[in-house]
Parts: sequence; structure tokens; C-alpha cells
Amino acid sequence: MKKGMNEKIKTASRHTNRNEGLIFERSSPHKRAFDLPPLDVPAADPEKALGKIHRSEGVEGFPEVSEIEVLRHFTRLSTWNFAIDLGMYPLGSCTMKYNPRVNELVARLPGIATEHPSQPQELSQGCFKILSLLEKCLLEITGMEAITLQPAAGAQGELTGLLLARAHHQKNGNPRKKVLIPDSAHGTNPATVVIAGYEVENIKSNADGQVDIAKLREQVTEDVAALMLTNPSTLGIFEQQIPEIAEILHSKGALLYMDGANMNALTGVTQPGRMGVDVMHLNLHKTFSTPHGGGGPGAGPVAVKKFLEPFLPIPVLMEKPDGKFALDYQRKESIGRVRAFGGNFGVLVRALAYILAYGPEVRLATEDAVLNANYIRKNLEGVYDLPYKRPSMHEVVFSDAIQKRRGVNTMDIAKRLIDYGFHPYTTAFPLIVPGALMIEPTESESKQECDYFIEAMKDIAEEVEKQPEIVKTAPHTTRVRRLDEVAAARKPILRWKPPEKHSGAAG
Amino acid sequence: MRYLPKSPAERQEMLASIGVKSIDELFSSIPEAYRLKEPLKLPGPFSEAEVVQYFEERANENSRGYTSFLGAGIYSHLRSVVTDTILQRGEFLTSYTPYQAEMAQGTLQAIFEFQTLMCQLTGQEVANASMYDGSTATTEAVLMAERLTGRQRVLVARSVHPEYRGVLRTYAKNSGLHVEELPFSATGTLDTNALKSALKDDVCAVVVQSPNFFGAMEELQPVAGMARRAGALLVVAITEALSLGLVKPPEEADIVAMEGQSFGLAPSYGGPFVGVIASREKYVRQMPGRLAGQTTDLEGRRGFVLTLATREQHIRREKATSNICTNQALCALAATVHLSLLGKEGIREMAEQNLAKAQFTLTELEKIPGVKRTFCAPFFNEFTVELPRSVKIVNTELLKSKIIGPYVLGSAYPEITKHALVCVTETTSRKDIERFVGALKDALLVPV
Amino acid sequence: MAYPTQYRYTKEHEWIEAQGDTAKIGITDYAQHELGDVVFVELPAAGAKLERGKSFGSVESVKAVSDIYAPASGQVVEANAELQNKPEAINNDPHGAGWLVKVKLANPADISSLMDAAAYEAFIAEQKKEASA
Repeated sequence: MKKGMNEKIKTASRHTNRNEGLIFERSSPHKRAFDLPPLDVPAADPEKALGKIHRSEGVEGFPEVSEIEVLRHFTRLSTWNFAIDLGMYPLGSCTMKYNPRVNELVARLPGIATEHPSQPQELSQGCFKILSLLEKCLLEITGMEAITLQPAAGAQGELTGLLLARAHHQKNGNPRKKVLIPDSAHGTNPATVVIAGYEVENIKSNADGQVDIAKLREQVTEDVAALMLTNPSTLGIFEQQIPEIAEILHSKGALLYMDGANMNALTGVTQPGRMGVDVMHLNLHKTFSTPHGGGGPGAGPVAVKKFLEPFLPIPVLMEKPDGKFALDYQRKESIGRVRAFGGNFGVLVRALAYILAYGPEVRLATEDAVLNANYIRKNLEGVYDLPYKRPSMHEVVFSDAIQKRRGVNTMDIAKRLIDYGFHPYTTAFPLIVPGALMIEPTESESKQECDYFIEAMKDIAEEVEKQPEIVKTAPHTTRVRRLDEVAAARKPILRWKPPEKHSGAAG
Repeated sequence: MRYLPKSPAERQEMLASIGVKSIDELFSSIPEAYRLKEPLKLPGPFSEAEVVQYFEERANENSRGYTSFLGAGIYSHLRSVVTDTILQRGEFLTSYTPYQAEMAQGTLQAIFEFQTLMCQLTGQEVANASMYDGSTATTEAVLMAERLTGRQRVLVARSVHPEYRGVLRTYAKNSGLHVEELPFSATGTLDTNALKSALKDDVCAVVVQSPNFFGAMEELQPVAGMARRAGALLVVAITEALSLGLVKPPEEADIVAMEGQSFGLAPSYGGPFVGVIASREKYVRQMPGRLAGQTTDLEGRRGFVLTLATREQHIRREKATSNICTNQALCALAATVHLSLLGKEGIREMAEQNLAKAQFTLTELEKIPGVKRTFCAPFFNEFTVELPRSVKIVNTELLKSKIIGPYVLGSAYPEITKHALVCVTETTSRKDIERFVGALKDALLVPV
Repeated sequence: MAYPTQYRYTKEHEWIEAQGDTAKIGITDYAQHELGDVVFVELPAAGAKLERGKSFGSVESVKAVSDIYAPASGQVVEANAELQNKPEAINNDPHGAGWLVKVKLANPADISSLMDAAAYEAFIAEQKKEASA
């Protein structure tokens, strides 16, 4: 390529979205993107009002750009993202389903987005009705008996659930010492156990990837507060022996905690409350369609059986005899607050909108989710190694054992999948499957999308056989390729800094 | 159902491909006894119009048409429509956590910009990609201090938001932390004599809020000095982040725990908001939450990745610095866009308007016989006044004029009944302020 | 890479080189290879006590953290300060410049019960076979 042409393309590409810098790099003194209405009261003298804590200079390095530059900047950035609105994320246990757009509208309505939790309760009845209806719907879906909507995400829900368990055990005279975690568990589980003041004890899965009942019997003692179980497991397989699991735990006074991340396999088909579950959390940003937004916000409601109700975080929503709602703070046995104010209300609104759209037909979503996962499993069996043969529910876990023989691993395959227009599946999790490919299509994928995915995975498997290098050096079509994570961890650069000013020079 | 992209014929094709006759066979692994025979009893199904209608009806049962003087940790500020335009782009709204960096450079660069803005505002060296909110950020900051010092006692000012203290207590109960509350003095700020007596070499953190719950600015330098001499870390919580547009950043703090709701997030009945933890570089390996770092790709292009992930739950598991996974990324994006729009001059101007409106309101209120300013410490957009009668009763009267009156301090601070926390922002017009003052004056004259 | 014959090795892939009653400790080539690019090392300060078989620090790559276990009991004389700036020394020269700590041994005779180079090489050959089985 001629040097001249190269330079021209470089300059040209600055005018597209390929080389958008940082907002700070676009800044220039005194550019403005926002005007306020004029001040209609006398100005105050900040020096006089605040004294020595007055910030006399502007915030150093703060952006100074115009409105169009802000809009262009973030619009360009957005084009570098993959999203559900563009295509499939087959990420296991993430449940990347369609985020209905009407949910965005209702969450923004004046009278919904504008409300302040400290305002008089008689002016918040609309909010309370929303919360109450969502509570009732989630209780119906889970088959549990009481619920809190306060936790901000699944991990916070897990913590809340364990704190409820602890409060119960404390009341019975023995707070207990440990929580059992299967080796297939999501990382938030053991991390949460420690914050809840318990010790983690791992319990190995059996050859089928399920809880080993014999081991469970050995390990459940009166020192065990609970078992944290994900059902279906992170392998996408239903824990068939859940009745025995519950019985063993309950016989020693321990509780069965269910991580509800995989509710997308169960909603409308069964209820955890029937299976001996004492306490569980839900991920509204998974099963209930609230948007991931690049990493949150989510919500992690916790549903419990009646005996745990007295310990729920305050405040608890209650319905008065006159049909109005109020918040109850007088709960002596409550574990307290897990966050300020009531919860991620905006997320709760979206989840309720989703539930209302489906109504009793929500079972159809579950059926389609399980159908898609099994369709993919059937069509990729033999192409990729299937370490666990039990029936899959809403997700399927393959391994890279076949491809490893050619020196290609799950990470490489995942990166190559990007070139085919898909977001990678979950790699290297669950830990019990070395080289895992964890695939959850969700119900939002059409047959056509599933077929494209299957075709892509088959093509990649063929590439592994015939030209593995192209897979090992993938992706080839993205704007950036194989970012250096080692350098980022060795010498972290975690913020922009203005370029050093040279003394005496101008600018 | 409009969210399900399959025709009945396609379902049949897929079932045939799998080799089963009906969808029910795919659920055979669920024991029969557990399988529901009836559909769930849920309202719906609703068409899109019915969904909207349901929420519009609820919206009409709240506080529409009322003017509010509430702050207390959640603030009404102007928001540009541009922020929502960006937030509603599907590439931001519906994208996943940026673990696969090549497919999420938009999110990652935005996080990097957010981290930068938070450092610039707070005067700290490093900030993370967000926590759930200010209350959990404050708690996590304390846990971070515990890890860094190995000590177990926490001293927290009572002038810190009551709900923040509540969250800290809940988390502390189970982690062996011992939390003690320190009183406030007549100025409305932390009683430094009490701090002096309480500080020993077993304290991991001293927690103050500035502006504090009463709206008063704390004097951080002496507090920082005392904490440092005792080997404790100073955690400064901030609920009204806009104050940083006009107030010096808390550089004395070892860790700043901030609520970013003032930057582009609607009050939304309490959430979702955005918590921030900002601190010194030397503490970065003990910071919870995600961090976006700058790096280069194969061809030398600048790019961004999640980094220092070995602190986090998905790798460290039980030894993680926190259990946080999903955080508040979209809310952080809202703050980033909002602050980019406000810019250097805009944030200052907005803060100045807040200061002016609050000063004006206080001046007018003090003209009413019997109404006195409670605390003499400087304030930003919130201040406390003492009324000659119960604030609750006054507020009930104010409601008749469609005014939501100030926060009743007595409910959280039984020792200061008849005191009200008034908040005025740039969104409150002079007309509404004068209406409020007039209505309050009248309310005080109503026979009890 | 050949495993130095004068070193001794543990099942957790640490090596120890004793000279009288002091010793140097590091992780083996096999360990650094499994870990990948090292980004950070957490080591004890001088004076810290080491207990045989117990973890005394950790080595981090981008995606994993590995505890390091003491092959013998003793007291830390010096931690390798170079590793703060150049953790890659562990990858490039795990048996030399990538050493982790120098210790004063509590009981020099402890070392003799550890594997020698030949035994260690046989041990890792077994591990590799199991991994690909």
C-alpha cells in the first residue's frame, strides 16, 4: 500500500467512528454543552458562604465540549459494542433475553421516575401498588411465602439470604459456622459466604455433575447453616435429587438456599417453593428481562418461607385494612437494611412490565428457552465434546476436549465466534468442566438465529481441523484485536491524565 | 406472544430435530410431583398499550403536581434529554458486562471516562466502575479499610446519613466489625472531642459525610490529622455529589464513597443510582468492584479492558475483595454523559445556582418569627431550620398547598425534634420558594 | 528447561535451594507455565515467619491466583524486590532471577525429604499425562 494512500485513509478514518478519542481529548477551554435557565434569585458569594473549602478553580481536566460533540462521542462509542439488539449472546447463566422497549418508557413516566422515597406515604400509593403487585407475582412464580425487593443485584440477594439464614439460626441458639457450596457454583456464592461471616466448605459434584448425596450426608452437620444450590445447576441440568437434598439438610436444621440465576428454566413449569427451598434469590436482570446496560443495574429480590419472614430487611411493605399501603419499620427481628431507600425501583418497574406482558403465558418463554438449548445441543453433539450426558434444560455445557488435540482451546473458539457475528458463550466456567463452552440461547432467539449459531460453531470446528491458526489468532474482524491484558494488569492505567505541561512552552 | 420469535411450525421442526414429540418431554428431568398442572395465576397477558396504561394509572396515584423540598440523600437536578438519548441506544442499553473486551470497547471506554471524572471530582488517584449506591459504597469502603489495616473498630459520625449507617451496621454485624457512633456538636458537624477520646490504635476507619446529613460541611483537615495519627483511614461519604462543583475535593480522605445520583439519574423512588469508590493508587488492589484499564492491542491501537480482576469474585471466590458482580454500569454511563454535558463551567454554574437558591430560601425563612437556622456550619443546597412547632404538623398543612415539605429530622434524630432539613436545588423556581415560605408562615399560624 | 539438580522440589511446584542454614525459594518452570504471564506477586516482609506446608504469599496472572506454599519452616530474610516492577522475571527465569524469598531455615534437615530434580521431573511428567487423559 502506498504511503500516501495510508495517510489519506488515516485522516479519513478519523472522521468515522474508528478512532474516537476520550472526551477529555476533545475538550477545549470554554466550550459548553449545557445551559441553565437564568438565576431568578440573588447570586450568593461562594467565598463568603463556604469559606476556605470553596473550590476557587474549576474541576481540573473536566470536559469542555459542545452538545453535538457529546452526542457524537457517545454514539460512536456505542457502535463499538455488541448488544442483544444486534444479535445473540449465548452466555450461559446470563439469560441474555430481549429487553422489551416498553419497559424503558414506563420506567421514565413522570410520576414514576420522579418520586422520592421520603415523600409522604399517601403520595406514594402508586409506587406501593407497583411493589406489592411485583411481590405477589414473584411469590406466585417461585411458590415461596414472603419476599424482599431491596437487594440491588444477585450477589446482594445472596448476602441478604444468608443473613436471613443466620438470623434464624441465631434465634435457635446456634448461628452455625459454615455454608456448603458445590464446586460448580458461580463465584459470587463463596465470596458472599465470607461476607456473611461464614466459612466456605466445598462439596464435590458426582460424575453426573450433580450434588453427591453420600458426600452431602457426611458433610451436613449441625455446624452447617445452609447449602447454596443453583437449580438447574450451572451445567444446565436439573438437580433431580432435590427432595433428598432438602431432607438431609432439614434433618440437621440446615437450610436449603437456591441461587435463582437459572429460573429461566423453571418459570411457569415448576416452583422452587415446592422443592423444599427455604430461601432463594432471583436475578431480575436475567430471567425478568431488565437490561444489562453493560453491567447493571440489576435487582436481586429474595423470597423466603414463612419462618424467615420476621427477619426480612426493613422496611416491609404492608397492606392496611383500608386497602392503602404503608411501610413497616417496626420489625424487631429484622436483619436491618441492606441498602439505603427501597431498592432499585426503576429495575423493579421494568420487571413488572415484563411479567404483565406475559401474564400466565410466561411458561411459553421457559419452553422456548429449553427448546432452543436442546436444539443447539442436539445439533452440536459429536462436533464438540459433551462431558455430562444428562438432559439439558435452558443451557448446555460442552468442552473443548476434541479441539484441544489440535492445540485449540475454548477461548480461541470463543474469539473466532466473534468473526461469525456472535458474542462468545461463557468460557472457562463452571470450574468443574475444564475448557467449558457454556451456551444459553434464551427464548429470544428464532430458529434462524439458532441455525446460524449452529452453522458457525460447526464451521469453526472444521477450521480447527483444517486451519487451526485462523482460530488461534482470532478475532480478525474487530476494531481492536487481542488486547494486552497482561500489560493492563502489570502497570494499570485506570484514568486519563492531562499531558504534562512543559514549563515555558505554550500549550 | 410478541417477544417469542417462533412460529408453531418452527417449534415442531425443532422438536423433530431433537427427536421428541412434545415440549413436555424436554422437562422430563423435573420430577412429576413438582410440575405445575395449571398456568400461574398472574395478571395479563397485556398488550403494549395495556402495560403503558397500567403504569400511567400508578403514576397518577403518586406525587404529580407537587413541589418538593426534600433532599436527604436524593436530589432533584436538571437532566439533559441527550443523556437519555445515549442511554436508550440499544448498544449501550442491551449490552453485557464487558468481559469480552473486543466486543465492548464502547462500554469500556465509557467506564474509563467515568473513572477519570470521579477522580477529577474527588481529588483521588483511582476510582472504580461503580458500586450499587452511596450506602453500599460507604460500607465497602469501611470493609476495605478493615482489610488494609487489619483492625476491627469503626468510628462513624452520627451526622452521616441514617440509612447509610443502617447498612453499615447490617454488614458489620456479620464480619466482626465493631461500629461506634460519634455525636455531632452544636455546629452540626462531627464532635472532634468525642473523636479524640474514641480514637485508639484499634480503629480501622473514621467515617464522616460532607456535606453531612444536616447539609453542613464537615471540617475534614483536623479529622484527617487525628485519624492519621491513630493509624486509621479516613472515609468520606458524599451524598450530594454536585457539591464538588463548588467545594474543594476531599483530598485528605483515604477513601471517598460517593453517591452519583445527582449526575443525570432521576430520583426514581430510591434507585437505581450509582455508588463510587475512589482512593489512593497504593490501595487499588484492595478496592472492590470492576476497574477498566487502558492498554494496547496487537497492532498498537489503544483499547480498554477490565483489569486487576484477580480481586474479584469470579477469580478469587472466597478471598475476593467483595462479592459484587453486576454493578450499575448504565447509571455510571448516565453520569458520564451528564458530566460531559455539564462540563467544567456548567457544573460550577449549576452548583452556584444551588447555593444561591438555598441561601435565598434560608434568608426568607428566617424572616418568619420563630424560625431559626439550627447549625452555623457552611452549607451547600441543604440546611436545617428549627420551627416553633412540630414539623410533621406543618408538613400536613403544606400538603394542602401541594407542597411536600422538608425532611422531619426528629424521626432519625430524636434529640432534635422540631427541626427540618430543607433542600433547594436549581430546579426550584423563586416563585415556588416564595410560595413555600408563605405557606409555611401560614401553617405556623394555624391553631393547633 | 532442565531442573537444577542442586534444588529440591515440592508437589505444589515450589523449589528450594539451600546453602547451609539459609535458602532461596521460588516456583518452578512448570508452575510459571501453567500460570501464564505473571502480573503481580504478593510476598511477606523480612522477618515474617514461614511454616512448612502453609501458604506465605501468592502469584497472580491475569486470570488466576496461585498460593505459594513454604517448602520448609523458617524466617524471611529478604523478599525479591525486583518482582514489584518486573514480575515477568518469574516467567523468564523462574529458577534464577525469579526467586521469591530468601529464608533462614528453622531446620535445614527438612529439605532432604523433598523431591530431587529427577523425582520432580517424573512427577510433572505424570501430571501432564493425567491432564491429557
